[in-house]
Amino acid sequence: MENKKIYTVTALFDTPDEITDAAKATAGAGYTKFDINTPYPVHGMEKAMKLKPSYLGYVTLFFGLSGAAFAMLFMSWVSIYNYPLVIGGKPFFSWPAFVPITFEVTVLSAAIGTVGVLIALMFRFPNTAHPLHDTNYMKKVSADKFGLNITSLDPLFDENKIKEFFKGLGGKEIETIYEEDKKAEIKVFDYRFIMTLVLVAIVTAGTTYFVLNKLLYMQPFTWMGEQDKVIAQSESNFYNDGFSMRLPVEGTVARGYLPYEYKGAPDSVIKFISNPLPFTKDIIEKGKMRFDTYCSPCHGYFGQSDSRLHDQFPKPPTLHSDKVRNWPDGNIYNVITNGQNVMPSYEKQISREDRWAIIHYVRVLQRSLNAKDSDIDTSQVKREK
Amino acid sequence: MDYIKKELPTKINKIGWILTLAGLLIVIISYLVDVQRTSYNNLIALIFFSGIAIGALILVALEYLAGAVWSTPMRRVSEFLASSLPFMIILAIPLFLNIHNLFQWAQPELVKNDLALQHKSAYLNVPFIAIRFGVIFLIFYSFYVIFVRNSRKQDTTKDQRLTKINLKFSAAFMPLGAILLTLFAIDWMMSLVPHWYSTIFGFYFITSTLLAGLAATTYVAVTLNEKGYLHPSIGEDHYYSYGALLFAMTNFWAYIAFSQFMLIWYANIPEETTWFLLRWTGSWKYLSVGMVLVRFAIPYVGLLSYNSKMNPKNLKRIAIFILFAHLFDTYWLIMPSYSPGIIFSFYEIGFPVLIVGVIILVFYAQAKKYNLVPIGDPKLQRGLDFHL
Ligand code: HEC
Repeated sequence: MENKKIYTVTALFDTPDEITDAAKATAGAGYTKFDINTPYPVHGMEKAMKLKPSYLGYVTLFFGLSGAAFAMLFMSWVSIYNYPLVIGGKPFFSWPAFVPITFEVTVLSAAIGTVGVLIALMFRFPNTAHPLHDTNYMKKVSADKFGLNITSLDPLFDENKIKEFFKGLGGKEIETIYEEDKKAEIKVFDYRFIMTLVLVAIVTAGTTYFVLNKLLYMQPFTWMGEQDKVIAQSESNFYNDGFSMRLPVEGTVARGYLPYEYKGAPDSVIKFISNPLPFTKDIIEKGKMRFDTYCSPCHGYFGQSDSRLHDQFPKPPTLHSDKVRNWPDGNIYNVITNGQNVMPSYEKQISREDRWAIIHYVRVLQRSLNAKDSDIDTSQVKREK
Repeated sequence: MDYIKKELPTKINKIGWILTLAGLLIVIISYLVDVQRTSYNNLIALIFFSGIAIGALILVALEYLAGAVWSTPMRRVSEFLASSLPFMIILAIPLFLNIHNLFQWAQPELVKNDLALQHKSAYLNVPFIAIRFGVIFLIFYSFYVIFVRNSRKQDTTKDQRLTKINLKFSAAFMPLGAILLTLFAIDWMMSLVPHWYSTIFGFYFITSTLLAGLAATTYVAVTLNEKGYLHPSIGEDHYYSYGALLFAMTNFWAYIAFSQFMLIWYANIPEETTWFLLRWTGSWKYLSVGMVLVRFAIPYVGLLSYNSKMNPKNLKRIAIFILFAHLFDTYWLIMPSYSPGIIFSFYEIGFPVLIVGVIILVFYAQAKKYNLVPIGDPKLQRGLDFHL
């Protein structure tokens, strides 16, 4: 018994006031490595023990800020670079939508980080053994007594002096507690504990699976999904014709859309529709873009009817024919807008302006195959002697 | 209880009179120069002031209801602040006289051509809003009288049952007060834009109210105690609790305000977004961004650390700042209905000065008549012994 190492000397008190006074006296006597154990938090104890404020707050701050930064950056990365999706017509970086998640992640990482640090640094996980465990002292302070103990780590530690000191304070059941003989085995990896964990994991996983994959597809949990609404790509059982979309009323004009006023007009009228756009580089480039998108699949990139359709669709005539070259712009506009025989109308797909821009570009194409000498910019040519 | 009552210096009374008279003068001049703009400022004043007075009353009720002991030694401060409640009526009278300048729904020509306003006219009409205002005031004032009369009776009788009675009344007060404040916010602020509605708006106002009452109480209580008018046992632990509450309410305000904004932003429905759109046009944009800083970020950082909540100097500074933020918020809620951009001139100064003056005067008069500490309250000793 005697060669055992002393861990601490303990004393018990009856009321919170007594323990607060005892703590003050102990701190006043110069002891630093002592602890108080009470059945519930006693207010004002930190001050009585002269404890320095804990650094745990900074840990919380650190984890909270890292969580916030991580959530914000992660969501920004996902929605701007990794998997950009337009949601509700909002910009990819829609920070207000990220705020709730950032908030949650902040709280979560602050809480988990704090508890983790608490367990790892202060309780020295996985060491769960403590010399005070299973002592009379611990049983009493977790019921109705207030305990004070000065550990042997204290520089002023002297067993007998402390016992006298405790007696002077009015402490009861003064005891000496020794370190445990063997190095405490780590009980966390006890097989019963591990099995319990496994069991909990299985039950949790099973319940989650059942809830998410089965329960939520049963009545009444499905009621939320069974709504009287149009579901895209499916039949409507509300309208007789089975279509869920309705045609607009005859004569409806969509916003920002002007119907083509020369529908079915004779050539003599059409040829007087003139191109309202100026013949500038910008417009020609825009025309090229639209032509390449809408016309080139059939007419080819250069209007030579070298289409990419490989005879799956009737080959259109070349746009370099004398007929088209001599046509006024109005006729080409009419073909694009109304279509001609098998060529469909592009009225709905190409805006008026773009149609006129395309016509400018068609003119450019035509000119490129029928260049005249006067088109050569002689100032750029080096004369050969 | 070893409380010896100390008179507040008469200097305070003098300051109160100077502020009141100066404020009153500016208000009168403003009314003579520009009635419409001044009525909007008058409305801001009503909301700003009710926030402080009703907020203080809520604190009193909250203390009884939650069984809090730490705030008992300072409860009189809240009570005295709440006692200025009748000033609400004085602030409201010019509003009722100018109601046609303020609200679209009070202008028959506009209502005639507006189906929505016609539908709402059963609720939004002048007699009914007057009745509602009267009822709201009367109920709040009755609760004030009940709480405070019992609390004062206790000073002499030391009757513990009075605390029990107040507890029961505060239980009734809380839900009722929440409903009344919601109606108040709808009547006087939301109806400025009568087509717009937001279901969380009432709650937004309630959080502002609590913050205002809390900030005013904190400032006054800490100042008085530092000067030794309350009790030597009141100290850092009590200050910390006020700081923690201010911090919590600041966060809560941000939570509510952001919830309102985000849902409207996300749904993007024109009827709902107009209100925010207006506050995002012209110079209002700067004020809207300022809201995030003034109402949330600055008080948040200012109260984040443990020590900042205990330090009386810091706490007083932040409390005053939060009161300013309350004014800022009220201005932001109301003024865009009047002007297309930020305006600031003497019109905007008169009412806040007047309100501060009146609160000081009322506080001084109350402090002269009654004890600054509820010496008969059974929770008082525990409140004085309070430690974190
Ligand atoms: C689906 C394939 C297809 C597309 C796309 C297409 N066209 Fe055509 N286009 C044709 C066919 C086929 C004809 C011949 C119609 C006929 O038989 O009269 C034609 C005829 C024409 C004509 C009249 C030629 C003539 O000699 O009568 C013009 C001009 C013309 N297209 C211009 C365009 C322009 C400009 C575009 C782009 C907006 C375009 N087309 C897009 C298939 C297409």
